[in-house]
Amino acid sequence: MKRYSAFAVAREALRYHTGWERAWRSPEPKRHYDVVIVGAGGHGLATAYYLGKNYGITNVAIVEKGWLGGGNTGRNTTIIRSNYLQDPSAAIYEKARSLYETMSQDLNYNVMFSPRGVIMLAQTEHEIRGYKRTAHANALQGVQTEWISPERVKEIVPIINLHGPRYPVLGGLWQERGGTARHDAVAWAYARACSDMGMDIIQKCEVTGVRTEGGRVAGVDTTKGAIDCDKIGMIVAGNASVLSEMAGFRLPMESVALQAMVSEPIKPCMDVVVMANTVHGYMSQSDKGEMVIGGGTDGFNNYTQRGSFHHIEETVRALCETFPMVSRLKMLRQWGGIVDVTGDRSPLISKTPVGNCFVNCGWGTGGFKSIPGSGWAMAELMATGHSPLTEEFSMNRFKEGKFIDESVAAGVAH
Amino acid sequence: MSTRLANQGRLIDRSKQIEFTFNGKRMKGYAGDTLASALLSNDQMMMGRSFKYHRPRGVVASGSEEPNALMQLGVGDRYEPNQRATTTELFSGLTAQSQNHWPSLEFDVLSINNKLSRFLTAGFYYKMFIHPRPLWKHVYEPIIRRSAGLGAAPDKELKDADTYEHFYFFCDVLVIGGGVAGLQAAKAAAATGAKVMLMEQNNHWGGRAPVDGGTIDGDTPETWIEKTLEELRGMENVTLRDRCMGSGVYDHGYALGYERLTDHVPGQGGPRHRLWRIRASQIVTATGAIERPLSFAGNDVPGVMLAGSMRDYLVNWGVNPGQKVVVATNNDDAYRTALALHEAGVEVVRVVDARETGGGALMEAVREKGIRVELGRAIAKVKDGPRVTKVAICAQNGEGGAREEVEADAVAMSGGWSPVVHLWSHCGGKLTWDEAQAHFRPDPARPPLGADGEGFVVTAGSASGPLGLGAVLEDAAAAGSKAAEAAGFPAKSVAASQGASEDEAQMEAVWLMPAKADIKLRMKTWLDYQNDVKVSDVQLAAREGYESVEHTKRYTTLGMATDQGKLSNINGLAILADSLGSEIPQVGTTTFRPPFHPISLGVIGGEARGDIFQPVRKTPIYDWNDSNGADWEPVGQWRRPFAYTRSGESRHDAVNREVKNTRENLGLLDASTLGKLIVKGPDAGKFLDMMYTNMMSTLKIGKCRYGLMCTENGFLMDDGVVARIDEDTWLCHTTTGGAERIHGWMEEWLQTEWWDWKVYVANVTEQYAQVAVVGPKARKVLEKLNTKAGGGMDVSKEALPFMEWRDGKIGGFDARAYRISFSGELSYEIAVAASDGQAFWDALMEAGKEFNVMPYGTETLHILRAEKGFIMIGDETDGTVIPQDLGLNWALSKKKEDYLGKRAQQRSHMADPERWQLVGLETVDGSVLPDGAYAVGEGVNANGQRNMIGRVTSTYHSATLDRGIAMGLVKHGPKRMGEVLEFPGTDGKIYQAKIVDPVFYDKEGEKQNV
Ligand SMILES: Cc1cc2nc3c(=O)[nH]c(=O)nc-3n(C[C@H](O)[C@H](O)[C@H](O)COP(=O)(O)OP(=O)(O)OC[C@H]3O[C@@H](n4cnc5c(N)ncnc54)[C@H](O)[C@@H]3O)c2cc1C
Repeated sequence: MKRYSAFAVAREALRYHTGWERAWRSPEPKRHYDVVIVGAGGHGLATAYYLGKNYGITNVAIVEKGWLGGGNTGRNTTIIRSNYLQDPSAAIYEKARSLYETMSQDLNYNVMFSPRGVIMLAQTEHEIRGYKRTAHANALQGVQTEWISPERVKEIVPIINLHGPRYPVLGGLWQERGGTARHDAVAWAYARACSDMGMDIIQKCEVTGVRTEGGRVAGVDTTKGAIDCDKIGMIVAGNASVLSEMAGFRLPMESVALQAMVSEPIKPCMDVVVMANTVHGYMSQSDKGEMVIGGGTDGFNNYTQRGSFHHIEETVRALCETFPMVSRLKMLRQWGGIVDVTGDRSPLISKTPVGNCFVNCGWGTGGFKSIPGSGWAMAELMATGHSPLTEEFSMNRFKEGKFIDESVAAGVAH
Repeated sequence: MSTRLANQGRLIDRSKQIEFTFNGKRMKGYAGDTLASALLSNDQMMMGRSFKYHRPRGVVASGSEEPNALMQLGVGDRYEPNQRATTTELFSGLTAQSQNHWPSLEFDVLSINNKLSRFLTAGFYYKMFIHPRPLWKHVYEPIIRRSAGLGAAPDKELKDADTYEHFYFFCDVLVIGGGVAGLQAAKAAAATGAKVMLMEQNNHWGGRAPVDGGTIDGDTPETWIEKTLEELRGMENVTLRDRCMGSGVYDHGYALGYERLTDHVPGQGGPRHRLWRIRASQIVTATGAIERPLSFAGNDVPGVMLAGSMRDYLVNWGVNPGQKVVVATNNDDAYRTALALHEAGVEVVRVVDARETGGGALMEAVREKGIRVELGRAIAKVKDGPRVTKVAICAQNGEGGAREEVEADAVAMSGGWSPVVHLWSHCGGKLTWDEAQAHFRPDPARPPLGADGEGFVVTAGSASGPLGLGAVLEDAAAAGSKAAEAAGFPAKSVAASQGASEDEAQMEAVWLMPAKADIKLRMKTWLDYQNDVKVSDVQLAAREGYESVEHTKRYTTLGMATDQGKLSNINGLAILADSLGSEIPQVGTTTFRPPFHPISLGVIGGEARGDIFQPVRKTPIYDWNDSNGADWEPVGQWRRPFAYTRSGESRHDAVNREVKNTRENLGLLDASTLGKLIVKGPDAGKFLDMMYTNMMSTLKIGKCRYGLMCTENGFLMDDGVVARIDEDTWLCHTTTGGAERIHGWMEEWLQTEWWDWKVYVANVTEQYAQVAVVGPKARKVLEKLNTKAGGGMDVSKEALPFMEWRDGKIGGFDARAYRISFSGELSYEIAVAASDGQAFWDALMEAGKEFNVMPYGTETLHILRAEKGFIMIGDETDGTVIPQDLGLNWALSKKKEDYLGKRAQQRSHMADPERWQLVGLETVDGSVLPDGAYAVGEGVNANGQRNMIGRVTSTYHSATLDRGIAMGLVKHGPKRMGEVLEFPGTDGKIYQAKIVDPVFYDKEGEKQNV
């Protein structure tokens, strides 16, 4: 792989950039792989990468029905934080966040991880208590967060209106090392590294069946033919229930639309991510200058990647209230993604009733931030059969009633 | 030089001159001008700078597709960035500033990026700025952020001076686009009697036809447009809206219209924008077509314009964009521009037609005027300075050598026309590639589908593909009738008007000019103007494996600018397909998403802002509370007094005073927000037995019972006192925040699971004012009221024992009194009609004077209950807590076969003795434990996190006990009484607290039972 650097760019400029090589190969599937990863989203690609990097397993195919990174990985609002309340969540999200810190260097691809800070606003007494609780828990979990006063909030976010007539800002939970990254770049960077290790990323290839023998995985059927393999990782977000059905088991999951939108680009005016959960809206400003805005999930299941407009209305209303000046910006584009939501809104990273078939899904509205951590842990689980980071995220928790519920302390997803 | 022509300009009114300023310069225009036409008439061709390279840019289009001429408009609280000069109607006093440059439009420091453009290719930032790590956040990213972005952000304290509103509308047929096709379609649909709405984004009707010429029914298009409008205006079933853009098409015939009411008369009063939320049975998109630029080097130089747009400026606004114009084309339409220029007295230096065989009748007409037409030729390069100075012409079929250079100050280009397919595509309409016209057009066989599986969008006119006037009108009439018929209105055959325009020769796809342009030319050939994406960038993306059209888009930012690819997409796709050795239809398009054109966030929010952002729910005693020191706390949509502070008193002092007084004398709580649900019907008892963990069906009439509700996962979700009113009626109290949620919860079960049970649920929360009369003197004050009124309900211990209720008169008011207590004191919760609430409260306050009555707020409510060890939903519970954790096993009926949550609670983790359980906590030093603190155990877990063994759920200063008290959940808690735990605070301190019984006050419960 030719390394990327300012020097390489300068060298290529002299020859009009004709010397750049492909970021990833575009191979035809082989007959057999040790591992087939279904889904070339961030989680699938990261899992493959760490299988190779940490365990030397490189005879791997990543099979993608569309284009890599084209699922939720390419349509989210890119918030990265780890100020989760429950221990298992804090552990995996913090692992992910810390991997984001060095991702550009590790993968030699600038994913623009920008630890600009994330504030979650408290606008009710109840939220204050919830966030103070989170701050206490985070301190013991090794996650750096801080409860800050309204005045501090205003310093960090000059465009905020602290004294909204309905829900004044009473303070916030501040994670200074949270932030954003460029979502496409995360997928591309992993894809480039996987391809470089000799893994095959097979795009426009849909898995249509899962073959088993004696209760164990034998291979997959795809639109490009059958592929044999020893292990399967199903990492397909909103389509997880469809895949699990192919393998003959069911998942406690629902798929619903989640929407986001951007404004037209403007000069920088907000350098952090702000989440306002009482009024329900969150916003950051991309490096391109667009205000990136996300809202709520639809109340019904669907697969259309379109959401109901009233959610956009509610979100925008909330933001006009919190940042009055945005009222005079314009919405450039709105879109939706299908998110995979489990009973407790926490992910599943788990063995399944089918031998050597592993599933990683249920990241729902908030799994961009976890991509490296999830890939790291999933690779460990697939390679060794055990990972402390995934322990509590097993499917069995629904049988045992051992939920990991993050909605408890005023917290929300994303 | 661009100037105003002596005559022409069908849209301007030369008798009304208008003054405006641009970058501080005073300029003049006419009523009817757009900002763009007015600027051009003042010889202001350069209107902005591009996004990445900060290249000087002129206006290239005349409509909403304009990518370059974006302005900062207005001042103060009416400031707005990124307004298209082309869609901004000129008004007197308009102030515009060009954007994305420093210090000035003419001299921009960041145009250094242009010099560096060879380095700053597509995706350069993914390959650079990787080392050293900290520099990205602190150096590189801030620089990139500052150079990106378009207009300046509004002031941080800006409060929008304008208002916005939402309208709802229902119609059979919604026609979007008021060109001749839209008018014809609306007419055909309306003739069937269908209710029709027709919207047009501009302030003038008829679209392109008046500029393009031809005849309709023998008349000029303008005459026909006027006549048709007249007809439509006269029809009761037709609603016409101009300045109203179809912004999005959504599932089930939902569509949005964006009406700009006062943008052209700011401050006039009334809402600025209106969002029409429309349900239509059928939607006709008559949105026309957009011209494509040609890809030649320097095609972004100020003075290079779309040929159709240049014609617009001439005909509509009487502006000539240059003195010497080169026309470049691959189709016949651009010859109309050559003719229009000639007619206006502008010199047409050359018509450069890429087709070897040239055009048809229109070409001949141009030649007849003595204009030189060159076939099989191309523009090799446009030279700038900064606007067009020279044009180099070469063979189309070459690499750009053997050029002939001509002097010119403007170029009109036409790469053919693409139908506007956005609205068709928003909701899943599919496209097909039309090889002859070299464009994607809607595939009528694959429309967006409604709930019935039938299509609900029809296209009309050039939005369908055809471009000739005759074909457009026929198509539109058919579309209108078809839509009306699909909406259930039997077709009435309305003959389409007869359109006639010049026959046109076949266009020829030209994706690059010249066809084999070398790399140096390709690096100067723009696809996406605003985002500075060039032909070479798309080729680079393809070379690097970003082969999917979505990858290319995201890697190069092609089509991601504010025009969302309206000008650039097809040209970019063609280059991509060529680079991949593939065909355009195989490459496909990116997804079209709403809005069609950006709409204000203000209008999306609508009226609901400020005080009416969300409804404020007010109890009947709200005003009294407000004027008596209430320190408001939002609780859901309600506001409740946190405490009643007196002047000079701190919040903390007020709470202490309220707590003490209620324990010692008499306190009043406005408890009206408590949820009150009537559950009624022959199966109501059975139903409540399922909803609550307790047995409610056996409750005796006249009695109350404290009940718990769990989710089907077993977690405690709400609690409250249930009263049996009569044989088949129960009244269920919920928490304040729970009323709507629990009502919905009950309905969900009744409607989806037990739909055959005979039960009604009604939320009567707001029908009552409810006052908690609390404290040792509670009975006395009620008795006094009754005495004064000459009798009333017997409130004695015998007549109204604890946990019972009675209806009767209290102080002359019809009242229902519940003897229940959430404070541990003697307490009556008294409900009166909401309309009597304030009078009843006044009476209590008056009669209570001698008992030292004081109102108390939610904080006192919390402390009183905590002193008694009563749990609070939302404090002791958080969605993960089960009744067993809270020592509430007594409330779980063992007799019932089932209730919601019962089965879930039998799962292994629910019955785990390791679960954290409710205890009381007392700090060793009497201080108050921090909210939400955790107790730590030994060591760390497998993920390196400190082991936690418990947490604080509520913590207060108890004025009664004059010390900190807390409740918490602790592992093996009830078995560890007396043990001292450590709670690390976030302030660096470690708090030590002893495990105690959660009931801190009146352990025997004597005080409430007197
Ligand atoms: C609008 C929106 C905003 C969001 N905002 C945030 C945020 O701010 N922060 C955050 O952390 N998270 C956010 N998320 C969530 C986040 O995007 C997802 O959790 C995350 O991207 C999931 O990654 P993934 O790899 O699991 O799934 P995906 O990226 O969806 O990848 C799954 C892949 O599987 C492929 N696939 C499916 N079926 C098959 C098959 N049969 N055969 C082959 N391939 C198949 C799909 O095509 C897809 O490419 C947001 C999500 C949305 C929709």
